Amino acid sequence: MEFDKPVLAYAELWPMLVVFGVAVAGVLVEAFLAREHRFRAQVALTLLGLVVALGGSIYVASELDTLRGGDSDEVVARGTITAGGTLVVDGPTVALWIMTLVFAIGGLLLFAERRLEGGLSAFAGQAAALPGTEAEREASTKGLDHTEVYPLAMFAVGGMLLFPAANDLLTMFVALEVLSLPLYLLCGLARRRRLLSQEAALKYFMLGAFSSGFFLYGVALIYGFAGTMNLAGINEAVRNDSSNQALLLIGMGMLAVGLLFKVGAVPFQSWTPDVYQGAPTAVTGFMAACTKVAAFGALLRLFYVAFGADRWSWQPMLWIVAILTMVVGAIVACTQTDVKRLLAYSSIAHTGFLLTGVLGVQAATSLGENEITSLQAVLFYLATYGPATIGAFAIVTVVRDAGGEATSFEKWTGLGKRAPLVAGVFGFFLLSMAGIPLTGGFMGKWAVFTVALSAGAWPVVLVAILSSIISVFFYVRLILLLFFRGEMPEEKEMAAADAEDAGGGVATATRTELATVTTPSLATTGVIAVTAALTLLLGVMPGPVLDLLADAGQFIR
Amino acid sequence: MLSLSEEIPLVEPTGADGAFSLLWLVIALPLAGAAILLIGGALFPQALKVWGHVLGTLLPIGSFVISLVLFVQLMGREEGDRQVVQHLYDFIQVGDLDVGMDLLYDPLTSLFLLLITGVGSLIHVYSIGYMEHDERRPRFFGYLNLFVAAMLLLVMSENYLGLFIGWEGVGLASYLLIGFWQHKHSAAAAAKKAFVINRVGDMGLSTAIMLAFVTFGSTSFTVISASAGAAEQHVMTAFGLLLLLGACGKSAQVPLQAWLLDAMEGPTPVSALIHAATMVTAGVYLIVRSNFIFELTDTAQTVVVIVATVTLLWGAIIGCAKDDIKKALAGSTMSQIGYMMLGAGLGTAGYAFAIFHLLTHGFFKANMFLGAGSVMHGMNDDVDMRHYGALRKMLPVTFFTFAIGYLAIIGVPPFSGFWSKDKIIETALVENPVVGICALLGAGITGFYMTRLMLMTFFTKERWEKGVHPHESPKLMTIPLMVLAALSALGGFLLAGDWIVGWLEPVVGHAEHHEPPLPVIVITLITIGVVAIGVAAAFVLVGQREVPREAPQDVSFATRAARADLYGDAINDGLVVGPSRQLTSGLVTFDRSVVDGLFSGGATVVAGVGILLRRVQNGFVRSYAVSILAGVLLVVLALLAVNLA
Repeated sequence: MEFDKPVLAYAELWPMLVVFGVAVAGVLVEAFLAREHRFRAQVALTLLGLVVALGGSIYVASELDTLRGGDSDEVVARGTITAGGTLVVDGPTVALWIMTLVFAIGGLLLFAERRLEGGLSAFAGQAAALPGTEAEREASTKGLDHTEVYPLAMFAVGGMLLFPAANDLLTMFVALEVLSLPLYLLCGLARRRRLLSQEAALKYFMLGAFSSGFFLYGVALIYGFAGTMNLAGINEAVRNDSSNQALLLIGMGMLAVGLLFKVGAVPFQSWTPDVYQGAPTAVTGFMAACTKVAAFGALLRLFYVAFGADRWSWQPMLWIVAILTMVVGAIVACTQTDVKRLLAYSSIAHTGFLLTGVLGVQAATSLGENEITSLQAVLFYLATYGPATIGAFAIVTVVRDAGGEATSFEKWTGLGKRAPLVAGVFGFFLLSMAGIPLTGGFMGKWAVFTVALSAGAWPVVLVAILSSIISVFFYVRLILLLFFRGEMPEEKEMAAADAEDAGGGVATATRTELATVTTPSLATTGVIAVTAALTLLLGVMPGPVLDLLADAGQFIR
Repeated sequence: MLSLSEEIPLVEPTGADGAFSLLWLVIALPLAGAAILLIGGALFPQALKVWGHVLGTLLPIGSFVISLVLFVQLMGREEGDRQVVQHLYDFIQVGDLDVGMDLLYDPLTSLFLLLITGVGSLIHVYSIGYMEHDERRPRFFGYLNLFVAAMLLLVMSENYLGLFIGWEGVGLASYLLIGFWQHKHSAAAAAKKAFVINRVGDMGLSTAIMLAFVTFGSTSFTVISASAGAAEQHVMTAFGLLLLLGACGKSAQVPLQAWLLDAMEGPTPVSALIHAATMVTAGVYLIVRSNFIFELTDTAQTVVVIVATVTLLWGAIIGCAKDDIKKALAGSTMSQIGYMMLGAGLGTAGYAFAIFHLLTHGFFKANMFLGAGSVMHGMNDDVDMRHYGALRKMLPVTFFTFAIGYLAIIGVPPFSGFWSKDKIIETALVENPVVGICALLGAGITGFYMTRLMLMTFFTKERWEKGVHPHESPKLMTIPLMVLAALSALGGFLLAGDWIVGWLEPVVGHAEHHEPPLPVIVITLITIGVVAIGVAAAFVLVGQREVPREAPQDVSFATRAARADLYGDAINDGLVVGPSRQLTSGLVTFDRSVVDGLFSGGATVVAGVGILLRRVQNGFVRSYAVSILAGVLLVVLALLAVNLA
């Protein structure tokens, strides 16, 4: 058997390699640099790495090879397949890279916030110390800090870049694990409410491992069906081979489970609220935006490239999942009394809207000239969702009381009086998530609904519209709470019910104290300002971004 | 169908040059005002306290002047040449898909511009006096300017997407203004209700836009009006119905009417500007603007007529039982918009009259709302008419101007409302006798409730609260009242020589003249007769008796129903809110017991990792895993069922 040495297209892959390189360098910094210098060194290294990778991605995007269609001279796609067919760098990949990196920079800036906790980061001083023990107190008084979070985050970012670029099921699985494992750890590193944080991490880990198992099983089944791991090869097999349909379908289902778990679709959403609430808020913002981008990238590639020829078999399944996700996300969100949990359920609802875009795929020939493709719509939605999410979580980090971040609705009551600017910007993010015009969210929703409608999925669009009406309800309720001084009776009732559930104790003791806004460092302020500007810009002038995404073209096989 | 579609005028504007290049400025002025007043409020609050309201008033007046210049320019053009479009920038441009920020200026828009900026400016002037003692007056003017800018965008946009942005903008401004007095809990609740109910309508509109996109590949009026004839019938019907749903939300038509009465919690100038003269008529504008859709779908037009007829009676009946002066007027607004919708639903024959009634209503209803504000100003902000009485001597200017508005709304010749309402009733009788008779009946009820309101406020015995000393309002408030009263009295001139019909013809098309079943003069006399019966009934039932200070409770079922807004809220509760609560609580129970578990208690329990591990292993991750497993089954079964069944 002849062995071809795989060729790596360094010219296209280097932004991703930079991220992995910086991650490794970060580990070395931990090992060799004195403790007091580590924070600065790590932050500088990480941000530098991300910015270089971002610049690199933009450069790569402008230099991609073009592939022309058979008989016409029209450019159909741009990009290249490399590393022995296991990686593909095409227009959508690079678009996803750019989004991931931009959101990662935002998330990492939140990691670097030390002013809110009086010179300490939001991460545990010594993760190994048991909560409530002498060791923990000691770590805290010494002002210890886990700077390992930066290399961990960089590994996760690397995995996120690899995930949508994977052109092969095994590579995709490896990327999935590379991005997930550091995230599990990061979730458990909160400085405050450590039990909650550790519990969240453990749950996320166990359920993540569980779903990874399904993904791996799917890989095996699909290999059994197609005899190859390569997405293009699977596509060939799907087109030509009609035997063993059951193997294909079950395999497809298993793979879908692994990915739907990562994006937090119902019924695989159960981890989302707990993890979003338990994880340090900076991690939650980072994870909510970046993981969703990467996982949707992989989901799109898997279903469009490998199973695109057989979309009649998976579209109905996605219909059901999308409908369930939107309905459950929106309805359960209505009853939340904690800002982080509310944002978690809202993120579940957003997953449903994104899936609505995913299932709006049609053959290129049946698309009208003027229509945007489903790929473009989903990417645009991700572009609008990311800034609003990171911005909203950034604001959660600055709204605090004596016990750290105050996330219960009760404490946010009347925040508009105490800090009109912060509350106003938060309200703006919520309006964007609700999809009110002149915010990015409106254009995003509009794009995905339109593609789904044009693919004939009108029942899903109908449910989507209904759930977005429901979702307006809970966003507006929170906005009312921020700006209207008088407490809403229903809020009071629900808060009381919640306090009962929690067993009274702590909840009642801190009831009277309202949260205020602590002035953060430039990093957090900058993140909030930039994300708000992006959200506005995407709503007022979405043209340029949509245009860029159209230029990105389609996936190449 | 083909012969019909030939009559529908196309939207084919020419580029904007000369004076028309100022079009953008009409929106830009109030928008700049909103930006300065709202953002500047944080930067230089003291300065804004001094001149904020002046700035906020001058900018809409500037817009009015420009609108007037543009209007004169447009009059000077050839009839076929009266559509102008100005391209601002590309909103979305991807490949062949092109949605521009384009402004359209044609006879229909020109009338709206004058109404919005003209009445809007008067209301701004009035607000200077009305809000004088409010600390947050600059912010109030900022919101008002924001509203004016959004409303102008709504009527000036050349495509549905731009219209929708304005549509949501006015919704947002209305929400902010209803809830302006945040300390009132009822105001906050009303604002929320208005926002949520409006979202239902808005979703109808946004779905319509998506449908337009999918069907025509564009949202531009120009493109759609050119290709609408070629689209399938059921698509046009769906399109029309979705637009109607949008119109119902914004214009408070049944079944989305419940928010308007509560919206009266806002300051009175807001009720006059937004909830009487301009925003609530946006639905009528939408339907008239989309005439190229509605002319192609009989079904949707019929539904418009039904909705309009139900609403005009519904609103009128509610108006009969309300003791709150603003709510009585709000019921009346609902009913009058019903008339406009009716006109719009009657097609080419009625569009011009719908717009005509919209304009005259804008004058007389703004007049009366501001008059009501003036009364409240003199009565220590009491809104209960049972506490009024005999105010005509104390507030002579308010009384006189209000009376003109009253004569206009009930349709006494030669006041403006007479001309506009009479035309709609006449057209309705031609098209469908049943609808026409309902409209006639509505006119009679209007006569009743407006006379009741007049009598309880300005006549009968005084029933004032202790310590109330009614007094006339300052000049800043009464001068706008006088101007509006003059317009209410003289607005009928727009119909002289059928001017408005001819003016709007390039937009809505030429109507075939149908002979009404009875001579026109007979219809007019019958209308006046029915109104007179309503007025007389009010004199007998209200004017001749003692008005109790407390609303009597032993009243007929009909009165009770009308007091409860004809159970609009109860219907909403029963059909929508109740079931969704049930569903929510079901899901929450599931969430609490299965998903949440002891998790929320986790923070309070200070315990070792051992306990944590035990608890984790003991239950909840397992139950999560079970839910994932169920999900796996769901996904796989869905795949198999679809493919192997």
